Order: sequence, then C-alpha cells, then structure tokens
Amino acid sequence: MKIHEYQGKALLKAEGVPVPLSQVAFSAAEAERAAREIIEQTSNQVVVVKAQIHAGGRGKGRFKEHPELGGVKVVKGADQAKAVAQQMLDSTLVTIQTGPEGKRVGRVLVEQGMDIASELYVAATLDRTTGRTVLMASTEGGMEIEEVAAKTPEKILKESIDPSVGLVAFQARKLAYGLGLKDNVAKKMARFLGKLAAAYERLDCSLLEVNPLVITGDGEVLALDAKATFDDNALYRHPAVEELRDPSEEDPAELEAKKFDLSYVNLDGTIGCMVNGAGLAMATMDIIKFFGAEPANFLDVGGGATVDRVTAAFKIITRDPKLKGILVNIFGGIMKCDVIAQGVIAAVKEVGLEVPLVVRLEGTNVEQGKKLLEDSGLRLTTASSLRDAAQKIVELAQ
Amino acid sequence: MSVLVDKDTKLLVQGITGKTGAFHARQSLEYGTQVVAGVTPGKGGESFEKGVPIFDTVADAVKHTGANASVIFVPPPFAADAIMEAADAGVPLIVAITEGIPVTDMVRVKRYLQDKPSRLIGPNCPGIITPNQCRIGIMPGYIHQPGRVGVVSRSGTLTYEAVHQLTTLGLGQTTAIGIGGDPVNGTNFVDCLTLFNEDPATEGIVMIGEIGGSAEEDGAAYIKAHVSKPVVGFIAGTTAPPGKRMGHAGAIISGGKGTAEAKLEALREAGVHIAETPSDIGSTMKTALG
Repeated sequence: MKIHEYQGKALLKAEGVPVPLSQVAFSAAEAERAAREIIEQTSNQVVVVKAQIHAGGRGKGRFKEHPELGGVKVVKGADQAKAVAQQMLDSTLVTIQTGPEGKRVGRVLVEQGMDIASELYVAATLDRTTGRTVLMASTEGGMEIEEVAAKTPEKILKESIDPSVGLVAFQARKLAYGLGLKDNVAKKMARFLGKLAAAYERLDCSLLEVNPLVITGDGEVLALDAKATFDDNALYRHPAVEELRDPSEEDPAELEAKKFDLSYVNLDGTIGCMVNGAGLAMATMDIIKFFGAEPANFLDVGGGATVDRVTAAFKIITRDPKLKGILVNIFGGIMKCDVIAQGVIAAVKEVGLEVPLVVRLEGTNVEQGKKLLEDSGLRLTTASSLRDAAQKIVELAQ
Repeated sequence: MSVLVDKDTKLLVQGITGKTGAFHARQSLEYGTQVVAGVTPGKGGESFEKGVPIFDTVADAVKHTGANASVIFVPPPFAADAIMEAADAGVPLIVAITEGIPVTDMVRVKRYLQDKPSRLIGPNCPGIITPNQCRIGIMPGYIHQPGRVGVVSRSGTLTYEAVHQLTTLGLGQTTAIGIGGDPVNGTNFVDCLTLFNEDPATEGIVMIGEIGGSAEEDGAAYIKAHVSKPVVGFIAGTTAPPGKRMGHAGAIISGGKGTAEAKLEALREAGVHIAETPSDIGSTMKTALG
C-alpha cells in the first residue's frame, strides 16, 4: 500500500525525523490559508506547492490542462500559492510513472521554501538476496535511484541491518561520514538515519525513501520528500496506516476485488482470465499473449475460494468494457473444481454472458466440476489442456 | 530415490485442528504419509482422526513421537512463531504453507534459523511431495507418479501443471518441491538444484520461476557451474507490468529488476531448455531426456 508525501512526512515527523513546515490543502482557499500561516511563521515569502499523487517524477511532470505547469511549483506569497493550487487541483498530472493517462490531483501540499545547500538520497528497503533490511544513502539526491544504481553503483552506500540487533549506531555513522559529511551535520545525518530505520521497522514498510534529503545553508538535515510503501501482509497490525489509504488513487476494480480477498490487476488486453494461483495466473496471461492476444487482467481467486468469491471474480472480469473473451483456468489443489463450476454458473445466471467463455478444469473434484458445467446448459467451450484453452479463447475472441 | 522426504518421514502438523490443517492432514494420511502428531496449543491430550495424538508444544510432540518434519498451517500472525518453535525443537525439515506472513516476521525467522540445523521450505508454498511415499502440504496427491524428474517451483498451481504433464507423459517425479512466492523464504532454487543434482534417481530437473528478485539468476549460475543433468525452465510473468504485485508478495518487477526476460536470458545462458509455454514443460523435458 502506498500513501501520499504529506502523510509520509507526518509519519516521519512523529518518529522525530525533521521535516519542513507544511500543510495539506484540498482547495485553493485552504492552500492560501496554509501559505499565509507558513509565511507568518517563517517570515519567508517563498513557499512550494506540491501536487499529491501516488507517483514519482512530479517535478518534471506536466499538467494536461496546464502544459507549462509542473507538479512542484515554487511561488512567492499566499496569492500565488492560491493561484497555483487552483490550477493543480482537479487537473491531471502526467509523469514518467503515471502513464500517458496521468493522475487527477485532489490535494496539494503547501510547504515552506528552503535554503538548500545540498541534496542527498536515503532509503530503507528489503534486500531480497540477504533477507534483511538494507539502509542506503547516496550523494546523488533528487535523481532516480535506479539510474544511479545502473550508471554509478559506487555512489550508493549500503548497510545491512541484522534483525537481532537492529541498526547499530556505527552503521549510521559509516553512512554519514561516507557521504562526506562533517561535524554537526554528520551527527544530524546519523540521527536521521537511525530514526528512518526505526520508522521502517516499526511501521512494517517495504520502502521508506527520502529523496531528496536536504542540508540547508545553516546545516539542518531535513526530509524534503517522503515516499512510504507498506507491506500489505502486515497492515492488520497497523490500523492507523490503513486509514491513510486514498481510494481515489486505486483502480476501482482492484478495490472491489480486494473486498472479496481476490488478487486482481487490471491490464490493457481483451481476454479476461480467472485462474487459481498467482504463478498459474501469470502463466495463463503469458500463453494468451503467446497465441497472439493480450490479457485483460491478472486474477488469482486464491486457494480457499467459495462460490461467492468466484461469482464476485467473474463479475469483476465481465465489467471490463475491453473484454472480448474469458478464459477460466483452474488446477485444483485446495481449490475444488466443483466450487469453481458452481461460481461460474451462478455468476453467468446473474450477470449474463456476452463474450465467449472457455473453461479448463483439472485437479481436485474435476469430474464433478465438469459435470456441473455440462448440466448447466451454459454456452461455453471446455478445454483439455492449458494450451488447448488458450488457443480456443484467442480464436473465439477474434 | 528422492530428496528430503520419503516413506520414513514422520510428519507433525502445526495447526492440525484448523480447517485447512485438518483437511490436508487427512489428505496426507490417505496418501500414506506417516502423520505422527499434531500441535495445537491448548488441545494437548486430544487426538486427531482417532490415531494422531495432539500436543500443546512442538517440543512435546517431537519427544513423544520422533517427528522429523513439520508442516505449518498456522494463520499469518502466528506463523513466524510456529516456524521458530519447530526449529527450537530441532525438527530438521519445516514446511510453511501459510500465505500472508509479514516480511519483517520472515526477516527475523531467517535470522533465527541461521544458527539452527533446520531447513525451512516456504512460506506461501504448496509443500513437498515424494510420489507414493510422503505428501507434505496442499497439493493434489493423485496427479503425481514416481519417476525420473525433480521439480522445483515458486508457484503452487503452476507446479501442479508441470507435475501433471510429467505424469501424463510417463516421466513421473522423484520429488516435487514448492519453495513459495514470498520475497523472504527458506529453501531457494540453488538448494533444491543441489539436492536434485546429487540425487542419483533424478535424471532431469524442472525449474519454474516467476518475476521478482534474483533467485532464478542465482539458480542459473549454479546450473552453469555444476549441473550436467538436463534442466527445463519456465518463467511466469512475461506479460506482467512493472511495479505491480502479481498475487505473490514476491512477484513484482521493481526498478527494472526481476523481469522475466532477464531470468530467461540467464537460464538460456546456462544451457537450460526453455519451455515456450507452460503447456510445454513436460514435452520439453521428454525431448531433453531423449
């Protein structure tokens, strides 16, 4: 699960990480008021208005409605802040991470202008190779870290955290001095890293990234941005984090699927798939492509699906306007084929079926499942293997 | 021959009184597996299916039954605890079926296991099976057949798909191992490839990977250096978009890393026979074995 920058900063601030003075605004009037208050407190007319969306590359991104405007705008005075917020709100920001359709901006962050001496990069994430958290730091702040990793990997410093002791102070010092920082600034940086690692651990993040982290002219170390991603498996123990979810940032079909404990990802193709097991679901998408069509979705109905869940899954698939055919591919282990058959039959009875349907069943209770489908009188095509099923649906959907 | 489990494996089931645990304990018993004990805290002294004694702790179960493998059907919030309890009791093989264990829990588990002789398979996996001898996990037993091919896979149902093809073609399996779809797991591809490579009965190896991480690349490097038996590879997720988690917690392409293309390239480079589609895994192995 992802959250907005302003929410990430609030979490960091609660952990004791220094962040600039800022306020979130949902309207231009709120932005004006926020700017006025910040200017009063800082005695500095410069404020920054930042579009809040769940995607990176905002600074270099552009609004569809205002091609001259980027997602991060430095302004002078509350009136300008209001005018920029007015333009940003309800407009669509396109960045390298949003895709060409862009994302609608529903909130902006108004932040004090900073006197920036240098920009750095720090992050905590999982290192899958070691199975441990890795704390990373780089002098290349403000750049895409993947680009730094590809071009100048030596500029990324790493410390692996032993979970039995957590981040040890010397590791934070190694990073801080390794970045070339001195004296008080190095000490502040080490403290910053300690708190970042603590927040990562305590909140079950899968990524906690500050890019850029800035050092101001008078030697303060602050998080100028905050990107937090959370481990979905651990959300059950963080109800406060769950509350930060912004449903407008998520695909409506994916949200609906989540309610039924289904794993669903919307894709661009025309063949809807309902499969049990993530690997088999991906493989089914791949074989559809192999035979010349494109999958409309990834959908894993999971191990212990009930008739209701299968019905819900089928409904979500059929709602897709791009749909030209449906492939149901089930290899029953925990999942029983007769349950799948009942779910498919119930769903078709409820929502109808306007596109060809190919069903391939194998595994636990396969004979009962096949018999249920035959007796249902539904117009569907059965298949003997995955290859057979994929070929049939690609052909029928043309 | 087989790897890790056979007819002498004595299985204990952690979470034997839960719905899924009970269902699959029963299936394993019917398959002929020696299910010697169950563990459910608070239900010690009771028995499962009349013959299988239930204990409060794993240590007790091991002491009284000599169990040498444990399968875990405990819900995600308690699963890490269950794995560590089994390791503490000295169980040599721990198979964690549970899906949805928080990553930070698994990071701690992995560290805890570092100093212990126990091997963990999973979590978020279908388990391990040696046909007609021992079934540990949730796979449908009847699709398996004793035979010549070792199977290792990150996916559950995709493993069944491969196993079914091998059985239909008469090749069968020595042992099939699901290593699970989580980003932090116990046994990896290299471990299983090593076991199969050293098992004289295993004539060929099927390796099924998916997007995310670099375990397949590590496996490919091992194959290139050590394996002379034919290996058939398949990688799921050629059509998966970047940045999206595809069901499994570990199946995500992030920062351009973990793509199917990179994995396929590494496998090809290592001389692995690539199955073009998931329907061709069995036939590719048949051709490779000659």
